[in-house]
This record gives sequence, structure tokens and C-alpha cells, in this order.
Amino acid sequence: MTVDVPVNGTSRREEIEPRMLLVHFLREQIGLTGTHIGCQTGQCGACTVLIDGEAVKSCMVLAAQAEGHEVTTIEGLAPAGTLHPVQQAFWEEHGAQCGYCTPAMVLSTVALLADDPDPDEHAIRHALDGNICRCTGYHNIVLSVRAAAQKVAAGAVPEPFLQR
Amino acid sequence: MTMRTFAYAQPESLADVIAALGAAPSRDAVRPLAGGTDLLTLMKGDIVAPDRLLDLKRLTGLDDTVEIRDNELVLGALTTLTAIETGSLVGEHCPALAKAASLAATPQLRNRATLGGNLLQRPRCWYFREHLIPCWLKGGDACPAREGENGLHALFADSPCVAVHPSDLATVLLAMDATVTVRGDAGERAIAAGDFFVQPDEGRRRENTLGGDEVVLSVAIPLIPGRTSAYHKAMDRKAWAFALVSAACSFRLDGGVMRDVRVVLGGVAPIPWRSTAAEAALDGERPGADVFARAAAAALAGAEPLRHNGYKVHLARNLVIEALEEVTRA
Ligand SMILES: Cc1cc2nc3c(=O)[nH]c(=O)nc-3n(C[C@H](O)[C@H](O)[C@H](O)COP(=O)(O)OP(=O)(O)OC[C@H]3O[C@@H](n4cnc5c(N)ncnc54)[C@H](O)[C@@H]3O)c2cc1C
Ligand code: SF4
Ligand code: FES
Ligand code: FES
Repeated sequence: MTVDVPVNGTSRREEIEPRMLLVHFLREQIGLTGTHIGCQTGQCGACTVLIDGEAVKSCMVLAAQAEGHEVTTIEGLAPAGTLHPVQQAFWEEHGAQCGYCTPAMVLSTVALLADDPDPDEHAIRHALDGNICRCTGYHNIVLSVRAAAQKVAAGAVPEPFLQR
Repeated sequence: MTMRTFAYAQPESLADVIAALGAAPSRDAVRPLAGGTDLLTLMKGDIVAPDRLLDLKRLTGLDDTVEIRDNELVLGALTTLTAIETGSLVGEHCPALAKAASLAATPQLRNRATLGGNLLQRPRCWYFREHLIPCWLKGGDACPAREGENGLHALFADSPCVAVHPSDLATVLLAMDATVTVRGDAGERAIAAGDFFVQPDEGRRRENTLGGDEVVLSVAIPLIPGRTSAYHKAMDRKAWAFALVSAACSFRLDGGVMRDVRVVLGGVAPIPWRSTAAEAALDGERPGADVFARAAAAALAGAEPLRHNGYKVHLARNLVIEALEEVTRA
């Protein structure tokens, strides 16, 4: 079947099998490998993307179900070479170690801040319930989300990525 | 993990869905697709292998909204768990349901998962979910859980199957006297939640009475003045786990005594488990620790623990007491 899925603002018209999951569409069909796969059963959250601004697990959605809905992946958050304020906050607060869970953590945070610009620790932990991290112990992730909230509230825009 | 091939259809109307379901050679051959969070999981595990999916989210005539109609809180079948968790009408009129939704699955799943699909999700029994293991509910001869690993299984089962119903919302809906409205070839019918869920038996290896050609349209909760409710859920970790045991209770106070009492347990039977014995122990009494303890004991009186799930008896008793205490405070 032919589907037309708008990904990061660009229409992606592709010939696929109906059984193709959105996560495979993103990674294998159109080559956006920033969306990770951990479990494929809806447990780990590594495959989180935004559909119409809401966080979803892309291993639990058929590509066909996403047709006509705006999909945002980590690649689409900020122009190439720059970091979105949420990414910048994760960088500054050491919210990532191995990085496997990070794209999903960042996208879940973007969705959270759109609903609740000033989340307390409880709200942050509830919003990230579905994102498993095997490295950080979550502490620095919570700090990163707090820092991200402050940046977004202050009107931060994507910044060029600087090696330090 | 890769699913078998199937066709994906986008019917335009409910009538098309009902006609397609009615014409299907078997219930599993053609399945409605709502959020897909349970159906796709079962398909990945090769527990079901439909030839065709009918996407319900693209047609007109199936609601994803919550409204008050004729003194009832009416929730469309496509209402997401996120909308139930955060919506103001549910929060105001049935906070126990909002809490049940907030404790179910994870944010990314709640954004997709619908109410209708939640009520129709299949059991989480590990034998059921492993396609290489035959089991009675899947059409086999026997239930391996009875003599096997049954730590998460039922205390009450009048069925060859001892799996527990996984839905948090169903437990609360029973305690609220909700009705489920469905439509099929023969038209529309409203079914009391207590009749919608039934224990699987030889003639019907399923947990509900939805007809093969029927679609769930909505769920309605009667608004009873003065009635309050509470939902308590025990999990083996703090976030996104299915209930080990849960309890939903509701009543209203009439001259200081409890009336219209409902006590429903989750995680203890193949269906949400209403205890009329506990309700009778509370009806007409003033709320208090002694009567709550008596009711909790009555709720578990007939429990038949399996080898590994005896802990659920104690847990369930305490959850009933906690939930009743919260209803009293509300
Ligand atoms: C990791 C994980 C954790 C979870 N934890 C919990 C939990 O703690 N508590 C809990 O309650 N649930 C939990 N769930 C289950 C989840 O809530 C359900 O999978 C979800 O609600 C199902 O809704 P859906 O719209 O995705 O249904 P689908 O998967 O689309 O459908 C489920 C079934 O219902 C049928 N169907 C759907 N809608 C209709 C309709 N309107 N009419 C007729 N048939 C219909 C489908 O054909 C299918 O057979 C969990 C799920 C996962 C994956
Ligand atoms: S408890 Fe039910 S689902 Fe589990 S193995 Fe037994 S028959 Fe199958
Ligand atoms: S890969 Fe989707 S939740 Fe784990
Ligand atoms: S940083 Fe390694 S899994 Fe989260």
C-alpha cells in the first residue's frame, strides 16, 4: 500500500506493507535512525516519537495509522548543527550517559513542557514513567527536564552545537 | 516479532465495520483496530493473526469525547486513556476512573489506547501470551497455569481459565454501575458492565459478551447525587504495572449510613469481581473501621488461592479497607 506520512514537516510518500510499524518506517524506510528500538512491545519507550505533538511509542503504531498525522522525530526538533533547548538542557545537566534512551527522553520532555511548562518533580517522573533508562538512575534526567523548562520559559531558541 | 501479513482497511462508516465483522469467517479473521496497543502486541506474539484490520480511528460515527447526557457521564469508545486521566468532566464526576486511567500503562500508550480497547484487551497470563504453549483460553485442552506458575492468577474462577482481567478501568466501571452501549447487525443495545464481562466457558472462550458483529460505541456512568468512589491499585513497582490486586469502592451516605454500596476487586478473577457479600455487610451501616474489616473479610471469604498467589488475599483485604476509607473521606 502507499502511505503519505508527514515526518518533521516533509511529506514522505512510500510504498510499504500494511504490517510495517512506524518505528521501522522511520528507521528503515526513510533512514531516520535517531528513533531507537529496545523491546518492540511497548515497554521500554526507546522508540518514542511525537504524533501531532503527543508522545507515542512508535513500535505500537502501524505506519499506516500515522498517515496524515504530523510525526516529529529527534532529527526534526532543531535545524542540523543546532540543539533544541531541551537537548541543550540534557547536554548541560548530563542527562545522558550511553544515550540509548535519550532521543525518547527528549521527545517525552518536549511533549510534557507543551502541556505543563513548569512541572514539579512528581509531574516529571509521571510523564517519563514510560521511558526506561538503564544508566543514569534518572536523577540527572529530572534535573535536565527542570533546566529545560526554565530555558523554554525564557524563550530559548536552538543553539549551535559546541564541543566543550 | 514480525507480524504476519494482513490487509489494512479504512472503513468510512460504522455500518461498513459492522457489515465486515458480520461477514468475517471467524472473530479473529477481521478485527477492529483502535489504538492497537493490545491488538498489535497479540499479533506480534502470533496469538492472533487477522487477515484484515478495520481502522476505527478514521471513520465518522464513533466518538472520542466525554459529555454529560441525561444525567449520565458518557464516554465515547475512542476516548483515550490520556483524555480520561486529564479531562475535567471525568475528574469532577468520577475521579476514581481518572485515577485508574492515570495508573494504567505509560503516557505514550495512554495517548493511543482507547477506552473500548481497554475493556476488550486480552489477559496478560504468560502462558496465554506465549504462542508455543497451548492453553485452554487459546483453544487448547487444558490450563497450564493451574499447576504451573500462577503467582499473578485468580483467587476466584468459575471457569477453566484462571487468568485475571487486566483492565484497571473495568474494575472502576463496575463499581459505578456503568453500562456499555454496543451496536451490531441487530441494532444497538446497552449492557450493564456486570453483564458485559463474563467468565470464559466452553461455549465462549472470551471474557465478555460482545457479539462477533458488534462494536462498542460508548460507556455511560449514571450520576448519582452524593455518591463518591475510590480506586486503589497494588503493583509490584510504582509505575506502569498491571494490578496485582486492585479495589474500587463507592457508596453514598444517607442519614449517616452507607447506601448503594459497591465493592469490586481487580486482579483476582477472569473478570472484574464484584462482592455482593461485602456490599451487604456495609449497606445501612455507618462507615467505620470495624464494619470495613468485616466487609473486607466477606469479600475474600470464598477465595481459592492457587499455589503461588496466596499473598493476594491479604493484599485484597487491605485494599478494600483503604478504598472504603478514602470513599468516606471524599
Ligand atoms: C506495556 C503495557 C502496559 C499496560 N498496562 C496497563 C495497565 O496497567 N492497566 C490497564 O488497564 N491496561 C494496561 N495496558 C493495556 C492497555 O491499556 C490496552 O492495550 C489499551 O487500553 C487497549 O486499547 P486500544 O485502543 O489500543 O485497543 P486495540 O489494541 O486497538 O484493541 C484491543 C481489542 O479491542 C478490539 N476493539 C477496540 N476497540 C473496539 C470497539 N470500539 N469495538 C469493538 N472492538 C474494539 C480490537 O479489535 C482488539 O481486539 C497496558 C498495555 C501495555 C502495552
Ligand atoms: S489461566 Fe487462562 S489464559 Fe492462562 S494458561 Fe490458563 S487457560 Fe490459558
Ligand atoms: S521499542 Fe517501542 S517501547 Fe520499546
Ligand atoms: S543513558 Fe543509557 S539508557 Fe539512558
